[in-house]
Amino acid sequence: MKKLIIALTATAAVLGGFSSGAQAQEKKKVCFIYVGSRTDGGWTQAHELGRQALDKALGDKVETPFLENVPEGPDAERAIERMARSGCSIVFTTSFGFMDATLKVAAKFPDVKFEHATGFKAAPNVATYNSRFYEGRYIAGQIAGKMSKKGLAGYIASFPIPEVVMGINAFELGAKSVNPNFKMKVVWANTWFDPGKEADAAKALIDQGVDILTQHTDTTAPMQVAAERGIYAFGQASDMIAAGPKTQLTAIVDTWGAYYIKRTKALLDGTWKSEQIWDGLKDGILTMAPYTNMPDDVKAMAEETEAKIKSGELHPFTGPINKQDGTPWLKAGEKADDGTLLGMNFYVEGVDDKLPQ
Amino acid sequence: MRIELQRRPKVSKLFSVLSPLMALVLTLIAGVIMFGLMGIDPIKAMDVYFVEPLTDIWSLHELAVKAAPLILIGVGLSICYRSNNWNIGAEGQFTIGAITGSILPVLYPNWHSWAILPLMMVMGAVGGALYAAIPALLKARFNTNEILTSLMLVYIAGLFLDWLVRGPWRDPKGYNFPVTTSFQPEAVLPEIISSGRAHWGFVFAIVAAVALWFMMRFMLKGFEVSVLGQSERAGRFAGFSGRRMIWFAMLLSGALAGLAGISEVSGSIGHLQPSISPGYGFTAIIVAFLGRLNPLGIIASGLVLALTYLGGEAAQLSIGISDKVSRVFQGLLLFFVLSCDTLIHYRIRLIFSGRPTTEGKS
Repeated sequence: MKKLIIALTATAAVLGGFSSGAQAQEKKKVCFIYVGSRTDGGWTQAHELGRQALDKALGDKVETPFLENVPEGPDAERAIERMARSGCSIVFTTSFGFMDATLKVAAKFPDVKFEHATGFKAAPNVATYNSRFYEGRYIAGQIAGKMSKKGLAGYIASFPIPEVVMGINAFELGAKSVNPNFKMKVVWANTWFDPGKEADAAKALIDQGVDILTQHTDTTAPMQVAAERGIYAFGQASDMIAAGPKTQLTAIVDTWGAYYIKRTKALLDGTWKSEQIWDGLKDGILTMAPYTNMPDDVKAMAEETEAKIKSGELHPFTGPINKQDGTPWLKAGEKADDGTLLGMNFYVEGVDDKLPQ
Repeated sequence: MRIELQRRPKVSKLFSVLSPLMALVLTLIAGVIMFGLMGIDPIKAMDVYFVEPLTDIWSLHELAVKAAPLILIGVGLSICYRSNNWNIGAEGQFTIGAITGSILPVLYPNWHSWAILPLMMVMGAVGGALYAAIPALLKARFNTNEILTSLMLVYIAGLFLDWLVRGPWRDPKGYNFPVTTSFQPEAVLPEIISSGRAHWGFVFAIVAAVALWFMMRFMLKGFEVSVLGQSERAGRFAGFSGRRMIWFAMLLSGALAGLAGISEVSGSIGHLQPSISPGYGFTAIIVAFLGRLNPLGIIASGLVLALTYLGGEAAQLSIGISDKVSRVFQGLLLFFVLSCDTLIHYRIRLIFSGRPTTEGKS
């Protein structure tokens, strides 16, 4: 009992100290929880690079401890609570599967801030954040529309969640904006990270006749297969140019650092609020890798589209858009709202696949 | 000179007691060297690893949460292994138990009754036992190797769960994400005391361990397990049936793994999702052997293994070592414990070369 009281007072003291700003001299702790290894070359590594960017930018004011390889489930709840107890001012939980655990711990520690990546549940001290990957996919689709001779692309998809469906649709819409007859084939790899399966999916797609490849999985295996078979491809999550110097057209690079710096600054200023943030190209949360292996006019088009998306002049999901079966979805000039996009469970016209339900 | 292991005629009482202590000392020495080489204060590292998690009410609760499934599965496996049946598929039985136990809260989310929780627990145990019945049937009827069949069934169970939560059982309001609806409050296994997260799964584990210890020590069934495990022929002369023992051991271990599965899902997670276990069913095999296949020993070994997980996590955070280093350290501990146990059954003899000494003179 005595220990319990000591533990409680100590926790209270730590929390109290941070919220009142009495220990302004001391560095604030900005903590990160990773689902994978921070050198996985994909999702977690992108967050780790973001953490390092934050450390570089604000290292004199904050510390950035992290926990890696935290399994989703009861271990996640313990790991997040451990961070809250160890005096973290804000905890970034960087996997969708940490959602409920984050909310449970946040309810116990109202003075600690939490930010959960890609989720949809928030609380007064839990913000959510995500990146508008579809903006990059639209640009990639446009390039594919110009570069594909057959007008047929292959898409290696992970899981049929809205995020991925949205990406497939954005790519198709981008391609159709330059080639109205553009078609797309999809293979569901049912993994985020499995070089063998991804390579098999790539081979299957190429054997079905696609002459351009894009992926929503994290390894460079598809890029390597595309390089072997002599077709073009797009990188995902990080710049994969090393895997296909003559193959990669561009890549959608996750640059979370910009976001982490922005939110940490808000925390230090005292302007942090619980928000549901969905940043895009203009905020720097994602970046296009250099446009390579394409003629100058295609490159110019891609750069122009990127500029238009950044300025807000172009929204990839602007009508007229039909659903896959030909029924109208958006009227001419109508823009899809974020809610619809975040719950997207249908294809647009031109995708040659049946969405697993 | 060479080193030889020689079987002792009798189990050494001295080393039975000494072996865990030796292992602890060797682990500490190896740990001090390893952390020293990495430039981390070894005393601090050991403190973070083994002492800190035990000095805080919160982490004691977390210890119980982590140890509960390991102990519950481990004691079931110990009976199985003592009877010479090698169930390697506890992970699959854990998964199926979690699924069958979740049928009620997933399909009847509006059924608010106290009866739901006991029913869930029973259904989880039955599910696990039925899943273990497959390798049991194959072994008893066709003499199939149960190591292979039970192991292969793990993957089937995992993919079945994956299919369920992505397909028919997916939360319709969950934006297509692969989770079921959260269980209603009546379907959540309550905490033992309100100061932390430890739930009744830990109580189940302790009760199961004590009950099985009692059975092995004082009941005819326990004797039957040991006799058939050591020599099936001798067991047959005593009138015991090896085939019935296959069923008993496999169903018992399956039921306990299934109970662990539903306790974990109901007590700690609160819904089904594609991954519900970081390999508890496999880690429990280590726990069972670490506890020398003795149900009471397994309580201790389950807690020790859970402690290394918690310690590893604390060390990552407070002294900034990598997750890999803490795994290596955990591996060292297990290695030393198991190798020191060799001394219980064997003695080390240094055998000097049989070469005549005159030839060696220079």
